[in-house]
Amino acid sequence: MSLIEIKKLGKTYESGEERVFALVDVGLNIERGEFISVMGPSGSGKSTLLTILGGLNHPTKGEVAVDEIPIYKLPLEKLADFRREYLGFIFQSFQLISYLTVIENVMLPLAITEKSNREQLKMAEEILEKMELKGKGRRLPDQLSGGEQERVAIARALVNSPPILLADEPTGNLDSKTGKEIMELFKSLNQEGQTIVMVTHNPENVAYSSRTIQLRDGKLVKTT
Amino acid sequence: MNLRDISINNLRRRKGKVFFLILGLTIGITTVVTLISITRMMNEDISNKLDEFGANILVVPRSNDLSLSYGGLNIGGVSVDTQMLKDSDVPKIRQIEVRENISTVSPKLIGVVEIEGKKILLTGVLFQEEIRLKKWWKIHGDIPKSRDEVLLGNEVAVRLFKSTHDYLTISGKTVRISGILDETGSQDDFLIFGDLTFVQEGLKKPGALSLIEVSAFCISCPIEEIVSQISKVLPHAKVTAIKQTLQTKMEALGHFKKFSLGISIIVLLIGGLIVFTNMMASVNERKREIGIFRAIGFRKSHIIRIIFLEAFVVGLIGGVTGYLLGLGVSYILCPIITGIKGGGILIDPALAVGVVFLSVTMGILSSIYPAIHASKMDPTTALRAL
Repeated sequence: MSLIEIKKLGKTYESGEERVFALVDVGLNIERGEFISVMGPSGSGKSTLLTILGGLNHPTKGEVAVDEIPIYKLPLEKLADFRREYLGFIFQSFQLISYLTVIENVMLPLAITEKSNREQLKMAEEILEKMELKGKGRRLPDQLSGGEQERVAIARALVNSPPILLADEPTGNLDSKTGKEIMELFKSLNQEGQTIVMVTHNPENVAYSSRTIQLRDGKLVKTT
Repeated sequence: MNLRDISINNLRRRKGKVFFLILGLTIGITTVVTLISITRMMNEDISNKLDEFGANILVVPRSNDLSLSYGGLNIGGVSVDTQMLKDSDVPKIRQIEVRENISTVSPKLIGVVEIEGKKILLTGVLFQEEIRLKKWWKIHGDIPKSRDEVLLGNEVAVRLFKSTHDYLTISGKTVRISGILDETGSQDDFLIFGDLTFVQEGLKKPGALSLIEVSAFCISCPIEEIVSQISKVLPHAKVTAIKQTLQTKMEALGHFKKFSLGISIIVLLIGGLIVFTNMMASVNERKREIGIFRAIGFRKSHIIRIIFLEAFVVGLIGGVTGYLLGLGVSYILCPIITGIKGGGILIDPALAVGVVFLSVTMGILSSIYPAIHASKMDPTTALRAL
C-alpha cells in the first residue's frame, strides 16, 4: 500500500456564478520515502493540492487516504489530530510566530501533546542541533537571517517526527545560496527516509527530488 | 510549552492593546467597588446613628380604655387591665429570633400623680436603658442612682419652682431631685422620671407597664420583621414601627442602591463591550497565526482555550486592579458624597473575591463569540493571508 493514495480528486471554487476548477480528476500514489516536487504555473492547482494533502481543504470530489486512513471522512477534530501526528508543514515566508522564541516556535506542535516540558525541550533542542541552530533557541525569529528562519520552520515541522513533510515554496524567500543549502538539507532528510511533498516554482529544486509532478489548469499533465 | 505560555506570550507582545483591555474592565470594577463601598458606608452610618434617632418600635397594650398620648402617638390604657403589659414581657422581647438586631428595650409605667396641688405625669423607667435610648438628653445635675431620686422635665421644674437637689413628695414618699432635663421640646419636658419599681409601688401597680420602647436596626431584614416577631411573643400587645427619619434615610439608601446597580450594570456592559471589540480585532489580526496553529494540528477547542486563557488573565488583572483602585476612589469619594467623615477603607475579602470573579466572568463572557469565531476560521482562508 502507498503512504498517500489520491483518487479522482476534484476541487471546484464557486464565486457567484463563476466556477473555477482548481483540480480536475487528479490521481496519484506517493510511496514512503519519496521526495515529490509539484510544479506548474501560477493557478495550476499546486497549492490547492498541497492543502488538500495537508487535511486543510475539503475536496469537492474524490478521496485522499494517508496510511489507509480516508482523511476527509474523519470528524474535524480528528482531522486536526491527524495533521498533528502525520504532517509537518513548511509554509511560504517561514510563518514563525513572532512573539515566541525560536525554541518555543519549534515546541509549538508539542504544546498540545501530553509531553512534559522537559521532554519537549529535549526534542526541540535535538532538532535545532540537527538544523545547525544550536545556541539560538532563546532568540526571537526576527533576530535570525532568512536561512536560519527557514531552518526553524523546518525544525518546527519535524519536531514531532511526522511521516510526511509538506513544503510550500521553501526557497521562495531565500537567496540562491541559502536556497541550495535548504534543498541539500531536504535531500539529506529524504535520504534518512523522510517522505517529502514540495511545491516549487524553481526548476533547480527539482533535481533534488525523486519524482516531479506537473500540473496545468488543475490537471496532472506529467510525472517524471 | 503549553497553551498558557502561548496566551501569556501573546498578551506580553500586545502590551498597548492589553492595557486598554484591562483598563476597560478596571474602570467597570472600580465603579462597582466604589458604589458598593459608598452604599455600605451609608448603611453602616445609619446603623451607627440609630441611637440618635431613639426608639423605632413601640409596644403598647391592646386595650384602649384610657387614651393617653406619648410622643404624638396614641398609647394604650394605663388603668389596671387584664391585658396590661408586665415586667415579664421585657425578657420575651429580648429572646426573639432576630434579637441581635435589638439594641435597647426600655419599659415604662406612666401614671398621674398630684404634687403640690398640680397633676403631673409620673414615668417609671429603667434609667440605664432610658439613657441609651435618649442620647440627646442633657441633664443638669445627675441621673438618678437610687429609688429615692427622680429626674424632672424642664417644664415640670419650672411649674413646681424646683431645682437640682430639692426634695419632692410623691405618693407620700420624699424623693430627691438628682437632676433636671434641659429643654427637649418633647413630652419629656412635662414628665417626672423615677425608678420603675418605685413608680410601680407608688401607683400601686406592681409589675405593670404602660408601654415598652424598643430600639432596633436590621440591615438585611425590614423593621417589619422585628415588629412581627415581637407581636408573636406578645399577642396581648400592639406593636408599632415608628416611621421617622430612619425610614426616610433607608428609603433614600434604597434608591441609591438601585441607582448604583444601574450604573454598575451600564459601566460593566461598556467594559464587556471593550473586551469584545478588542478580542474580535485581535482574532482578526491573528488570522494567519490561527491558520498556522490549525495547520500544525491544534483543535478548535485549543484555539478557544488560548483565547479564554487570555480573557481570564485580562479579567484577573482587571479585577485585582479594579478592586484596589475602587478602594482608593471610595476612600476619597465617600466623605464627599455621603458627608460621613473618617469613613476609612472597607476591606472585605468576600467583596474582593466577588469582584475579581465578576471581572473574570465578564472577560470570558465577552470573549465567547470572538473565541468561537476564531475556532471556526477556515485554516485555508487563514493561510491565504500568508
